[in-house]
Amino acid sequence: MPQVTLTVNGTKHTVEVEARTLLVEALRETLRLTGTHVGCDTSQCGACVVHMGGDSVKSCTILAVQCEGSDITTIEGLAAADGTLHPMQEAFREYHALQCGFCTPGMVMSAIDLVNKHPDGMTEQQIREGLEGNLCRCTGYHNIVKAIAAAQDVMHGRVSELARAAAE
Amino acid sequence: MYDFAYHKPASVADAVKILAADPEARPISGGMTLLPALKLRLNRPSAVVDLSGIAELRGVTRKGDTLVIGALTKHYEVATSAEVKAAIPALAAMAHTIGDTQVRNRGTMGGSVANNDPSADYPAALLALGATIETDKRQLPADEFFNGMFTTALEVGELVTAIHIPIPEKAGYAKMRNPASRYAMAGVFVAKTAAGVRVAVNGAGANGVFREKAMEAALAANWSADAVAGIKVDPSLLNGDIHGSAEYRAHLVTVMAKRAVVDAG
Amino acid sequence: MNVVTPFEGIGASLRRKEDFRFLQGRGQYVDDINRPGQTHAVMLRSPHAHATIDRIDTAAARAMPGVKAIFVGEDMAAEAIGGIPCGWQIHNKDGSPMAEPMHPALALGKVRHVGDPVAVVIAETKAQARDAAEAILVAYTPLPAVSGTEAALKPGAPQVHEAAAGNLCYDWHIGDKAAQEAAFARAARVVKFETTNNRLVPNAMEPRAAIGDFDAFSGDYTLYTTSQNPHVIRLLMGAFVLHIPESKLRVVAPDVGGGFGSKIYHYAEEAIVTWAAGKVKRPIKWTCERSESFMSDAHGRDHVSTAELALDAEGKILGLKVHTLANMGAYLSTFAPCVPTYLYATLLSGVYATPVIYAEVKAVFTNTVPVDAYRGAGRPEATYLLERLMDVAAAEAGLDKVEFRRRNFIRPDQFPYQTPVALQYDSGDYHATLAMALEAADWAGFEGRRAAAKAQGRLRGIGISTYVEACGIAPSAVVGSLGARAGLYEVGTIRVHPTGSVTVLTGAHSHGQGHETTFAQLVADKLGVPTANVDIVHGDTAKVPFGMGTYGSRSLAVGGSAMDKAMDKIIAKGKRIAAHLMEASVEDVEFERGTFRVAGTDRTKSLTDISLAAYVPHNYPIDEIEPGLEETAFYDPKNFTYPGGCHICEVEIDPDTGRTTVVNFTAVDDVGRVINPMIVEGQVQGGIAQGIGQALLEAAVYDASGQLLSGSFMDYTMPRAGDLPDVGVATHTTLCTHNPLGVKGCGEVGAIGSPPAVMNAVVDALRDYGVRHVEMPATPQKIWGIVNAHRIAAE
Repeated sequence: MPQVTLTVNGTKHTVEVEARTLLVEALRETLRLTGTHVGCDTSQCGACVVHMGGDSVKSCTILAVQCEGSDITTIEGLAAADGTLHPMQEAFREYHALQCGFCTPGMVMSAIDLVNKHPDGMTEQQIREGLEGNLCRCTGYHNIVKAIAAAQDVMHGRVSELARAAAE
Repeated sequence: MYDFAYHKPASVADAVKILAADPEARPISGGMTLLPALKLRLNRPSAVVDLSGIAELRGVTRKGDTLVIGALTKHYEVATSAEVKAAIPALAAMAHTIGDTQVRNRGTMGGSVANNDPSADYPAALLALGATIETDKRQLPADEFFNGMFTTALEVGELVTAIHIPIPEKAGYAKMRNPASRYAMAGVFVAKTAAGVRVAVNGAGANGVFREKAMEAALAANWSADAVAGIKVDPSLLNGDIHGSAEYRAHLVTVMAKRAVVDAG
Repeated sequence: MNVVTPFEGIGASLRRKEDFRFLQGRGQYVDDINRPGQTHAVMLRSPHAHATIDRIDTAAARAMPGVKAIFVGEDMAAEAIGGIPCGWQIHNKDGSPMAEPMHPALALGKVRHVGDPVAVVIAETKAQARDAAEAILVAYTPLPAVSGTEAALKPGAPQVHEAAAGNLCYDWHIGDKAAQEAAFARAARVVKFETTNNRLVPNAMEPRAAIGDFDAFSGDYTLYTTSQNPHVIRLLMGAFVLHIPESKLRVVAPDVGGGFGSKIYHYAEEAIVTWAAGKVKRPIKWTCERSESFMSDAHGRDHVSTAELALDAEGKILGLKVHTLANMGAYLSTFAPCVPTYLYATLLSGVYATPVIYAEVKAVFTNTVPVDAYRGAGRPEATYLLERLMDVAAAEAGLDKVEFRRRNFIRPDQFPYQTPVALQYDSGDYHATLAMALEAADWAGFEGRRAAAKAQGRLRGIGISTYVEACGIAPSAVVGSLGARAGLYEVGTIRVHPTGSVTVLTGAHSHGQGHETTFAQLVADKLGVPTANVDIVHGDTAKVPFGMGTYGSRSLAVGGSAMDKAMDKIIAKGKRIAAHLMEASVEDVEFERGTFRVAGTDRTKSLTDISLAAYVPHNYPIDEIEPGLEETAFYDPKNFTYPGGCHICEVEIDPDTGRTTVVNFTAVDDVGRVINPMIVEGQVQGGIAQGIGQALLEAAVYDASGQLLSGSFMDYTMPRAGDLPDVGVATHTTLCTHNPLGVKGCGEVGAIGSPPAVMNAVVDALRDYGVRHVEMPATPQKIWGIVNAHRIAAE
């Protein structure tokens, strides 16, 4: 079986996989990182989104062998070692941007990439369009959009909407 | 997915050698079309040849009046390339609407072109812009390259290596997405080029991307949305599904053509 | 130390306790669980809508790598495994019971819908199981199939079951036919309206999954499953299908990724993996692929209805007559028969003082996936029919649609209000929610916005829906008399630990609702224990004594009330202990938020003092009171609860493409007392998103041969962020009068109230086109068809 070496959340792993093994299968079944979810089989729902070299990708549509040498970040790798949440995670909690939690890991990973790729900030409409690759059935996206709008300010070091909301 | 062998050559020559030795092997670049098909067990390649390690296939350069885009250039790179934005803003804008963020982070122009999905965006752009597709063996004009739904002039084992796009005077694109899949249900790319006005339609044709000659003639005479407003493509040449009948698509082609002209300015 | 900040109790928008694990990928959903020695199952499903199974050859598949076992229907039949049971029996007009054909877990001799499971393959890996499933050779003889709701009753239609002549499941009615006919005879106007309520696929983001586990030494079975009600699954599967006593069967529903009704039912795969685990003596995991979900999760809606409304000369409603055909699919799912009857026809009075109503409902079998409750279940269908009919009637009678509604509202002074279709509404103020919504939506300013849109070539419309729904199901005796085969109470246990922290055991199940937070707030509010010291345990039959689960917006109204009742028992016992410790009489001990006090004195004991004494009974009235501080209560509601309100939607249509965009949405809902406003708003927003989805985007489409044309996210339009507007949500409260919390429920109101508001707006936008009605979903293609037909007619 092919061998693949990849760095996941800062830890280097070498695993044996079939060539047909998807990245998400390697993460969930071999590395037991079950925070990355599978919600469809047509590459649309985005529950499986992780970062590969900093870019959001659907881990259900990449072979593990294609990730040789790459740097993968999953939802488990976002919070600081002391438990401090990433600003996007914190914003999702503050704005009630999750209900059942199933789409949440992919949604958060997509949202972070989206914010990173828009250093000048996004309008509500841009955020909505930017979430095209992620489905949520619980929230109606309403609070997800609000959370991302707040988190982008924190991530870009602008006025801290979160701090303000928390103070209220 | 059925299992297969995996190869990751470092050069075009090596890739071609592997593909030549095994006609059942399939090249993969971003894999945004191939992998979903494999997951549904729609095809069964003996081997997958990963082109992503071939550095020579990346990047955008301008050579005089032509943009040269390496086959492995990702949609996101096209959408954000300063060269593309300056030379053919409509192409960058189009790239920004392909699939979703995650598709744009992985999918490549060469992969999209070689696959020639009828609802893909790039084939319409390249056809309208009069691009030339360079392979490991030859150079093919877009008019000769796209041969119908999922069909191209590529021979088995032949690889797209770069796309050469003459910079147009102006160009624009508009599409109506399928509400479920988000692929183009009808898209129109218009370009005013040194070689004349060219109009290409994707998403709607029963046999894939095609040029709309009546619109080209009308726009050559009068570059305005009004010029194409009265031109309707024959629905019998279009496809239909639960989201869009051929008649609806025919209507949308006219609407999108008008919007593409407005988009081009 | 139990100190409650004032912001944790009832009415606080407390951030959710469960979010820490979900946000860090530490939730535990069924597919995240791996049992030692686990194998994997793949279902081989029918590609035909209707066919006989002539032969199944598994020899080649059995020889493939990793395969442990393959079972077919006959293997289960040989062990007298029962059919998948239906939980509700409807009776026909003549009093005879509905047709209830056998539903084998694995098909026996015949398949009746695309996706009907034919065989299960169990292998070391999922890929191996799938490889082997493809190697099974099944010889089918395809039979003619019927998929359409109306087509099923046509003479000569293909017969889905021998046991259901003419594909009729039941022919049921409610109301007074003679009175309805008399009312219609004296009407100044009768408005007739026909519509289809589109079939939907619930599509919770987590696909269903199940793990069967068997301990050969103890004989204990465990099923991990994506369920909204693990105790119900244990009851149905243990008693009716596998014949395993409850004491030997544990059902665990851990974190569940959304349900919306689709995870209420007992599904064949649960029984198959549990039974098969006993055969192969290894744990078996099955996880549904999304394309498999489309052909195996129960669908929702799918009604074809005709409604007639009789009005007097002043625009007062005299009576309503409704005829509805409801598609049950190929087999009866757990609650399916009650959805188009007791959850639908009983709602046809809506918010109006309609004096007489007569409704008849025929349920039919078709060669399609079973249909059952989906968010709202029957009530969205009733609300849509009624609220579209109100708009059609207002237009035909030349009445203002708001005034017409107001004129017919049940007035606040009429509560409790007995409708002619069995329900008695306890409270509500429809005038108030209407007024608030009109104000919030700037109804008065609409014509200006319409003109502005028109100037830019867009068609703008506004639509309203005023609705009530019945939830918090339900009194056990009432539903029993109506055919339910189970009680519908809920169970709550409050366990106060020796040093004062609290564990709550509830039979309700959280799959997105935030119970771990809301329920903790109830405890904080009543017992004065900080939410950080309150843990909610749910979803495991080994931990929670019993329960009926979460559906029909019942968790707080029924489950919360059970907890409240159990807390009353805790307080009562605590007072007796406190009286002993403070040497006072029980009657003199008061309790408020964590403190027992001798009335009129400064003598107090904290809840922790009491719990410690209860578990360390050194100074304790041991002869009179048992040690310990744990109480269980069953709460059986006295009535349904009746949330209601007003939704207003504004849309803009691009006439060139037919695309409809929701540009404004305002909801004012009365959900009774609000425990956590943040969570309530989230529930309403999510429900509205599903309602907008039904109205504009979603449809499960079968062709005439029974093939599902919208069988994946490539063809079934799920609402995306860009398809939805910013939604304005507000509440107006009248308290439920019959449960101790005054709560009504908020899970379904969004999906119930919104579809007619959207469609009324769409029809309004097309008012210049002479459009009377547009069927859901109002897709771009459909709207373009209307615009185009109008253009052709005008030319």
